[in-house]
Amino acid sequence: ASRVMVASRNYADFANEATFEIKKCDLHRLEEGPSTTAVMTREEGLHYYKTMQTIRRMELKSDQLYKQKIIRGFCHLYDGQEACCVGLEVAIKPTDHVITAYRAHGFTYARGVPVREILAELTGRKGGCVKGKGGSMHMYTKNFYGGNGIVGAQVPLGAGIALACKYFGKNEVCLTLYGDGAANQGQIFETYNMAALWKLPCIFICENNRYGMGTSVERAAASTDYYKRGDFIPGLRVDGMDVLCVREAAKFAAEYCRAGKGPILMELQTYRYHGHSMSDPGISYRTREEIQEVRSKSDPITLLKDRMVNNNLASIEELKEIDVAVRKEIEEAAQFATTDPEPPLEELGNHIYFNEPPFEVRGPNQWIRYKSVS
Amino acid sequence: LQQRRGIRLSAPAAIQVTVRDALNQALDEELERDERVFLLGEEVAQYDGAYKISRGLWKKYGDKRVIDTPISEMGFTGIAVGAAMAGLRPVCEFMTFNFSMQAIDQVINSAAKTCYMSAGAIAVPIVFRGPNGASAGVAAQHSQCFAAWYGHCPGLKVVSPWSSEDAKGLLKASIRDDNPVVMLENELLYGVPFEMSEQAQSKDFIVPIGKAKIERQGTHVTLVSHSRPVGHCLEAAAVLAKEGVECEVINLRTIRPMDIETVEASVVKTNHLVTVEGGWPQFGVGAEICARIMEGSAFNYLDAPAVRVTGADVPMPYAKILEDNCIPQVKDIIFAVKKTLNI
Repeated sequence: ASRVMVASRNYADFANEATFEIKKCDLHRLEEGPSTTAVMTREEGLHYYKTMQTIRRMELKSDQLYKQKIIRGFCHLYDGQEACCVGLEVAIKPTDHVITAYRAHGFTYARGVPVREILAELTGRKGGCVKGKGGSMHMYTKNFYGGNGIVGAQVPLGAGIALACKYFGKNEVCLTLYGDGAANQGQIFETYNMAALWKLPCIFICENNRYGMGTSVERAAASTDYYKRGDFIPGLRVDGMDVLCVREAAKFAAEYCRAGKGPILMELQTYRYHGHSMSDPGISYRTREEIQEVRSKSDPITLLKDRMVNNNLASIEELKEIDVAVRKEIEEAAQFATTDPEPPLEELGNHIYFNEPPFEVRGPNQWIRYKSVS
Repeated sequence: LQQRRGIRLSAPAAIQVTVRDALNQALDEELERDERVFLLGEEVAQYDGAYKISRGLWKKYGDKRVIDTPISEMGFTGIAVGAAMAGLRPVCEFMTFNFSMQAIDQVINSAAKTCYMSAGAIAVPIVFRGPNGASAGVAAQHSQCFAAWYGHCPGLKVVSPWSSEDAKGLLKASIRDDNPVVMLENELLYGVPFEMSEQAQSKDFIVPIGKAKIERQGTHVTLVSHSRPVGHCLEAAAVLAKEGVECEVINLRTIRPMDIETVEASVVKTNHLVTVEGGWPQFGVGAEICARIMEGSAFNYLDAPAVRVTGADVPMPYAKILEDNCIPQVKDIIFAVKKTLNI
C-alpha cells in the first residue's frame, strides 16, 4: 500500500521538550522527595509511548491466545500497569538489576526480551525466551531474575542480588518488586530488617493495584500504607499511572541507594484492567464501573498521549502511526508464537544442572531415559 | 598427586583431624581461593559458629566474607540464593537442618529449580550446610533427618559426609560446584578424629560428588550407609568378622546423584543387601536403594530380599533409653545381617 500523506506538519514544528507538573509523593521518614516537575523530551515521550503501547497490545494479544487455548496454565496480565515497568526501566541503567513476581511480561519486555520471544514462551515453543521450559511466570534475561511464582519469595532474592551489588562494588542497585497481596508476607519483613541492617542497595517496590487476587487491600491489611510498612526504611507513595511520576521517584530512589544510604521503599499506586489471572473475570470483587472509571480517567497511555499532544511534543497522527507499527509487530510476533515448533522431547532432561557433564535423567518408567546436558 | 614439601625419608604422614577441623579447613581454603565465596548464617561470625565450625574465619576474613544473620531463615536463605543468582558463591549455614524447613521454599523453588526454569540462563552456585539428623537428647523438633526430603528433588545435589576426608573433600567440591548443594553434616561427628592422608591435607583435595566409597571390602553381604551410621556398620562388620561373616561396607557419600552402580557391583558380588540410615523408614534413602536394585542388573544376584535398617518410625523421644532405641544401633545391624544371611 502506498503511504498516504496524513500530516502536513514536519518535525521541526514540534517542541523539543516540555516540563510537566507531577503529583507530589507522600513521604515516610524522608525530609525531601522527588521533584514535582519533570522534563520530558519529544524523543523520550515517543519512546515511553511506544513501549507502553507495545506492552498493552502484547498483553491483549496474550488474552486472545489464552482464550483460544493456545496459551495454557497461569497467565497474569499487566495491562493498566504499564507506566510502572516503563517508568522504572527508564530511570535505571541496563546494568542495574530487576526482580519481580508473576505479573512479569511487561518487565520482561522492558528489560530487553523481544515480544516474539515472550509470546513464544507463553505458547510453549522452542523459540520462547527460555525455550519453553518456564512459561508465563518464569522468563529471564540479563539482569532480570524473573518471573517468580511463589508470592513474596522474590523479595529476599532481590535483597540478595543487592547484596551482590554491594559486594562487587560496581554501584549497581536492585529493584525488588512485589504486590499489595505479597506485602503481608513475613519473609518481606525479615528482608526489610536485613536490608536495612546491612545497608543493601535494594529498592523495594510495592505495586499496589488494590487487589490481591480477589481480596481488596482493606480486607487484607491492617495498614494499607504500604510505603510505610518498611517501618525504619524510608518510603514514597507514587502515582503509578503516571510514567513521569514513576520515573522521577525511581531516579530519586536509585540515587538514594547509590549514595550508600541503604534500602528505600516505593509504593506505586496502580491498577490492573484484567482479573488476577485469565481464570479470574475480575468483576466479582470490584465493579465494572470502577474499572471503566480508571480506564477513562487514569489510563497511563492516554495520560501520556494527552500530555504529548497538548504540549506539542507529537501529533495525534504520529502516535496513530506508532499504534499501527505496534499492532504489526504484535501480529508478527503472534504469528511466530503460533507456528514455531514445540521444544524437542530431548529438551525435557536438559538444564537440571549448570556446567555439568552430560548424564541421564529418569523418565516416567525405568526404561525411559533422557539425556541431560547443561 | 603428592604434595612435595621437601626431601622425605619416610612414608607420607597421615594425621588425626576432627570433622570440625576438616570443615574449618575447607571453608578457610575456599574463602582464600575465591573472593566470591562467603559464609552467612546465625552465629557464624563473632560467635565462631554455633558448633565452632567457622572458628577463626571472621577474625581472618572480616564482615564482608563472614556474615552473622538475624534469626530469619526464610529471609537469609532467600538473600543467599539471590546473591548466588547474581554471581556470588554463598555458603549458607543452617544451625541445624530442622530450621531449614522454615526456608525450604527458597531451597527448592528458588535454588533447585531455577537453572531448569531459565533453560540454563541463571545458575545458583550455593551450598546449604549444617548438622542433620539425630543428636543426643535434643528431642523431636531438633532430630529430624532431611536426606530423603532434599534427595527427592531434581536440581539439587545432596551430600552426606562421614569421615574428615569426606567432610573436607565434599565441602570443597560443593563450594566449587556451580549448582545448589545441600550438605548434611552430623553434630555427633564434629568432634570425632579421623585419619587424614597427606593427599587429603592438600588445598586442592576434592572428594567428587556422586561417587560412593567402599570403606571395607567383603564377600558375604553389602552394607550401604551414609553419615554417622557408616561407623556403626564398620563396628558391626568387625563383630561379624569374628563369626566368619565378611561385610562389604559402602559409604554413599552422596545421596543425590546416588552412585547406585557401586552398590550394584557389590550386590552382584555378595548377593545380600542391607541398607542403614538414621532417617525414618518410609520413603527413605534405603527405600530408594532397594527400588533401584530391583530395577537393575543386581536383582538377579540377590539371594534374599534387601533389608533396611533405619531410625524408628516415631518422632524422637527425649529419655535416653527411648532415644537410644530410636536410632539404628550396631546390634540392630548385626541382627539384620544375620536375618538376611539366615544364620
